[in-house]
Amino acid sequence: MAKIEINVRVNGVEHRAEVEPRLLLVHFLRESLRLTGTHIGCDTSHCGACTVVIDGRAVKSCTMFAAQVDGREILTVEGLERDGKLHPLQEGFFQEHGLQCGYCTPGMLMTGYAFLNGNTAPTEDEIRHAISGNLCRCTGYVNIVKAYQYAAARLREGGV
Amino acid sequence: MPKTSAEIGGMGHSVKRKEDPRFIRGKGNYVDDIVLPDMIYMDIVRSPFAHATIKNIDTAKALATPGVLAVITGKDLAAYNLHWMPTLMSDTQMVLPVEKVMYQAQEVAAVLATDRYTAADGVDAVEVDYDPLPVVVDPFKALLPDAPILRTDKEGKKDNHIWHWEWGDKSATDQAFDEADVKVTQDIYIPRIHVASIETCGCVASFDKINGKLTVWMTTQAPHAIRTVFALVAGHVGLQEHKIQIISPDIGGGFGGKVPVYPGYVIAVAASVLTGKPVKWIEDRMENLQADSFARDYHIAAELAGKKDGTLTALRIKTVADHGYTDAAANPSKFPAGLFHICTGSYDLKAAHVEVDGVYTNKPPGGIAYRCSFRVTEAVHTIERMADLMAHEIGMDPADLRMKNFIAPDRFPYKSALGWEYDSGNYAGALKLAIDRIGYTDLRKEQAERRARGELMGIGISSFTEIVGAGPSKHFDILGLKMFDSAEIRIHPTGKVIARFGTKSQGQGHETTYAQIIAEELGIPAADIAVEEGDTDTAPYGLGTYASRSTPVAGAARAVAARKIREKAKKIAAYLLEAHEDDLDWEPGKFFVKGSPDRAKTIQEIALAAYTNHPQGMEAGLEAVSYYDPPNLTYPFGSYICVVDIDKGTGEVKVRRFMAVDDCGNIINPMIVEGQIHGGLTMGLAPALYEEIQYDESGNCLQGSFMNYLLPTAVETPAWETDKTCTPSPHHPLGAKGVGESATVGAPAAIVNAVVDALWHLGVRHIDIPITPPKVWKALRDAGVSE
Repeated sequence: MAKIEINVRVNGVEHRAEVEPRLLLVHFLRESLRLTGTHIGCDTSHCGACTVVIDGRAVKSCTMFAAQVDGREILTVEGLERDGKLHPLQEGFFQEHGLQCGYCTPGMLMTGYAFLNGNTAPTEDEIRHAISGNLCRCTGYVNIVKAYQYAAARLREGGV
Repeated sequence: MPKTSAEIGGMGHSVKRKEDPRFIRGKGNYVDDIVLPDMIYMDIVRSPFAHATIKNIDTAKALATPGVLAVITGKDLAAYNLHWMPTLMSDTQMVLPVEKVMYQAQEVAAVLATDRYTAADGVDAVEVDYDPLPVVVDPFKALLPDAPILRTDKEGKKDNHIWHWEWGDKSATDQAFDEADVKVTQDIYIPRIHVASIETCGCVASFDKINGKLTVWMTTQAPHAIRTVFALVAGHVGLQEHKIQIISPDIGGGFGGKVPVYPGYVIAVAASVLTGKPVKWIEDRMENLQADSFARDYHIAAELAGKKDGTLTALRIKTVADHGYTDAAANPSKFPAGLFHICTGSYDLKAAHVEVDGVYTNKPPGGIAYRCSFRVTEAVHTIERMADLMAHEIGMDPADLRMKNFIAPDRFPYKSALGWEYDSGNYAGALKLAIDRIGYTDLRKEQAERRARGELMGIGISSFTEIVGAGPSKHFDILGLKMFDSAEIRIHPTGKVIARFGTKSQGQGHETTYAQIIAEELGIPAADIAVEEGDTDTAPYGLGTYASRSTPVAGAARAVAARKIREKAKKIAAYLLEAHEDDLDWEPGKFFVKGSPDRAKTIQEIALAAYTNHPQGMEAGLEAVSYYDPPNLTYPFGSYICVVDIDKGTGEVKVRRFMAVDDCGNIINPMIVEGQIHGGLTMGLAPALYEEIQYDESGNCLQGSFMNYLLPTAVETPAWETDKTCTPSPHHPLGAKGVGESATVGAPAAIVNAVVDALWHLGVRHIDIPITPPKVWKALRDAGVSE
């Protein structure tokens, strides 16, 4: 199969790669770049474990081909911590017990990153709708909502 | 109040989790994250038919695909007698079929390739010639005399009946029914569901040909038992237990689904032995939902007898259990229906009798838990539905009926009509708190007002009793392995600790809570204690984590091991302080001379002395091991109250409020306990309203992906309200009981009871879960409410 060249910036680092046209973005991130924080939980774009942020928008990376990200900027969970400082969402998940098995957590964090960039004063209802494309089997979502609220408060204070 | 300071972080402190720093950075180590040099990938060819003869498997095109290395079929495994394996219930299960397939999505062949995409190409290229056979989906039809016999592999098998099991005093029960003023009867189907942990199952199997050692990283809740099973199944081809290492890395949720040995694991092991290369096999979601073990699937016919005044007297249950094509349930050996006979619940019934018949059908095997202890959810669902039916039947408030029939606190330890000895309980206390917290009386007034306006609002109660912590070795084993669990604690010279266990966390936070228990017992800060689980080469043997057994069993082991260490530490302290042991007192973290608190030795000073200055005649070091065999099970309980509103136009049920009062005895980490309850409630909501796996007449799975197997999202899930009472277990060293599954066990009945409560005045007596909008809409239409 003829390969396609892509140039993509991931967590601030430029990557040039030759990819098969059918290679899913999530496999490119996990297997080519070894960024295994982005997880796979389904085949139908329902679970959101693979969510990453592309040019500011939350995207399910199992639903895009690697070939589609040429020239774009991607943020994964590994890129949230800056200069040894956790993102307020990461702190929120830690402080509010927003995770248990941790498998959905990277997707929840990346959905939240894009969501809170546009809205630092969300209502509970807005948060619940924002994460409705991310499934969690452990937490019952209560503490994920609290983690988002924690992060929103920090962002309003100018935490980042 | 916690006995230790926040710095030590013993029991009762909401210590932040030690696991989280890696998970919030995307640095967990789940099985699909593992990459080994020369690793190859395995993918599985699955059957499109639910029952068919395999006439031929043509692998030529697959093998001609560039990158495909091998195709493994049942015949290849049969050459080593590895094509069948035993189930945990001593039935047999195919690894790969030779003659016929028994359910849709059954493994038919495995393709090995250089990468996962090529392996999938190879799967597409394998050509299998099937000859379809008659399919049996309905377990009742499976029992008819003219039903096709499914297990033709079993010589002389003349029907699809697996076993009959009954428990209780039949004549006393029949007599109680004869004497009853009131009887209610109800057929209740508790449908087939799937745990659907967000991480699917998989493994990396790596066989080292030179040393003859097999290492398998796998998604398992019970690594030690898996090692023994592998040795028993493959010992004859040279895989012996000292040469098998099972490593259970970070697990993305288990809930019972990661207890069984799936064919994929075994094929991957065989593939690694065959090729000499590490083999990775990771299920996709559709394989996970369509082929991995299911839960529930109980067709229950229940009868409850009572007096006019609301006194409940007897329970009679007959159940048909659909096991799929083999009995691969994960139950203790002696209990083919698990702990279903806890079904008298929280009530003081005089008599009860239970019968269960296991049946083969053309469906995937299973009968595992879905976040519960061996069929306790089926039991709780039945008694809580029946109690509610009785209350409605005689016109009594369901809360009053429960209060009237609860086992009173002074009756514990209480021997139930079905033979269980409940350790402790205060059921009325929990229900009263739930009633107060949710404002039950006002809600009943509101309901009457709304009903007068034609609105549909319901209030449902579930006052459940769980049975967890399996279990005492006298009655509990899996394949003969007694259900003890283990702890090994080793104190280093500087007072820091490594502790290893036979259990395995899948999100429960063992690294944190286990450290807290040791902190409680030894006064060493939880932060100084490293907890390891899941590596069979290093951890002591244990039966694993499921059925809420980690705290009741391994938690007790850890307390006992820590107390052994404290005994030795006391001797060292006496030596160092030049005092008699009897003259020493303990407070968390140090021994001191009675009356002279400044004459003290900290546990850290004692640890150093254990390696540098221990008494003559005493062995050096400070460590202990405990294999704990619990004297009894533990019986957590709670009362849940649910408020629902029903849309008359669509039949949609909305859970407006849900108050959960739980009692799990003494609590190790309140934050983690509350989190477990939130998650458990959501996995109670799920089967109550959304989840079910169904099959059409041809055996096609109708909910084989997340397109139609509906996990609740944050939008459907209510903002759970929680509270607690505390009734310690009298026999557990820490007074703890276990909590991970209570909410999943107790919640569904509260939701169904609320829905039926909203509709009772329209003539609705029962709706089977999941209570979907079409079911409610149909009930409303039948009652002349909806059009």
